[in-house]
Amino acid sequence: MANYSTNDFKPGLKVMLDGDPCAILENEYVKPGKGQAFNRVRLRNLKNGKVWERTFRSGDTLEGADVVDQEMQFLYSDGEFWHFMHPTSFEQLAANEAAVADSAKWLKEEDNCQVTLWNGVPLVVYPPNFVELEIIETDPGVKGDTAGSGGKPAKLTTGAVVRVPLFVQTGEIVKVDTRSGEYVGRIKD
Amino acid sequence: MTDWRPATAREALAARASLLAYVRAFFAERDILEVETPCLARHGVTDLHIQCIEVPDYGFLQSSPEYHMKRLLAAGSGAIWQISRVFRHGEAGHRHNPEFSLLEWYRPGFSLDQLIDECAALLSPLLKPVAVTRYHFRDIFHQHTGLDPLIASASELTQRAKHNCAPDGLDKPALVDWLMATVVEPALAKDQLVVIDDFPGWAAALARKHQDHDGEWVAQRFEIYFAGYELANGYHELTDAAEQAARFQQDRQLRQQHGQRDMAADPHLLAALQHGLPDCSGVAMGLDRVLMAQLGVGDIRELLAFPAGRA
Repeated sequence: MANYSTNDFKPGLKVMLDGDPCAILENEYVKPGKGQAFNRVRLRNLKNGKVWERTFRSGDTLEGADVVDQEMQFLYSDGEFWHFMHPTSFEQLAANEAAVADSAKWLKEEDNCQVTLWNGVPLVVYPPNFVELEIIETDPGVKGDTAGSGGKPAKLTTGAVVRVPLFVQTGEIVKVDTRSGEYVGRIKD
Repeated sequence: MTDWRPATAREALAARASLLAYVRAFFAERDILEVETPCLARHGVTDLHIQCIEVPDYGFLQSSPEYHMKRLLAAGSGAIWQISRVFRHGEAGHRHNPEFSLLEWYRPGFSLDQLIDECAALLSPLLKPVAVTRYHFRDIFHQHTGLDPLIASASELTQRAKHNCAPDGLDKPALVDWLMATVVEPALAKDQLVVIDDFPGWAAALARKHQDHDGEWVAQRFEIYFAGYELANGYHELTDAAEQAARFQQDRQLRQQHGQRDMAADPHLLAALQHGLPDCSGVAMGLDRVLMAQLGVGDIRELLAFPAGRA
């Protein structure tokens, strides 16, 4: 990969830092009167999502990281790996537990996910922003109740548990916002 | 799509136009001669931390009109001023643009104190500071870092800078720069014109040096800050040609040590100093920064019709 100097540190650029791939979030140039110039840089470690703050002398370089975001279809999980397929090349890649992490509970077969690849290997898997999943277990609710009265927990096919209104029943399909983990609505066929 | 539009609101263009008119009136009233000097010249500067932009076959875009203005002064121009576009490679950020507007003026016979007063007279109606406060570099640095920049060891400075997440491998001047930029400058009073003088001797550049009350060599140089912005940099100008030549030579050695390209010292400037530069003080003021401070805009790119990237 190419090396990038502090001048090239634009938000979104992927670089290697301490052996981990990171994305530049912010790059602030500071230079006291006629003195040494510095770049104060905020980066997101793409492996663990943590935000780092580092300072470099202007002109210092970092190695680029071969990181690309790719939309891929989730095929299945074999318990150890989660298998994804490239939509045009049909190439299949396996993501490990670290890459899937908390996203696992939202992954439904055939859904399209955003997969961050590092050197061609899945590094992070993002579920779709909205998923539609069937409720497999929830307490029978009271008829006539409306959303907003507190609700009840409901277990979905993928194992995720979300709060749903009391009137929503086992066997129904619900739409959930995966970013907040909140119930959005019922899907009626 | 190609973004052809300017980056500024029309109000910002109007504010800049008023500032230019105000500056012109200020100097006309004082009967100081407005001059123009080249933006493009054969020689650049030797400063370790200023990188000139090279124009093949012609030389360098000027990072300041200082050398040419000093040649005018040596030729007997008397007090002169100008607003020029200056260029510095790689300087881009919220407070920097590689091309910017510099107001620079020189006052034969003026002490540094007189020039500071004149700067305050120029800036006060624009920025309406509640006071003008003055500090020696050593004192303000010590006040905010607990260390004396001239006496503290490199390891003490390193330890203090580490505390503020400085990068590794900085030498003493760079450590002082780091602490100045990250600790001292952000702590300066925002509603006052803060004047800092007696810079460390290693940061004298084209200023004279004198010994302070402790006998330490410091530069007869000042900087003015307002609202956290560094606005102006002034010198009691060095007139000793041999001393200036030696400093240029030292710069070139430093450039070599830091792996930077060699820059030849400008022989015209040295010849002018040999001929004789009148005793004078001079200052360079970043007009874009003045505008930022005046309008309370935190990003210089909002005040340039076409900042780098759109230009």
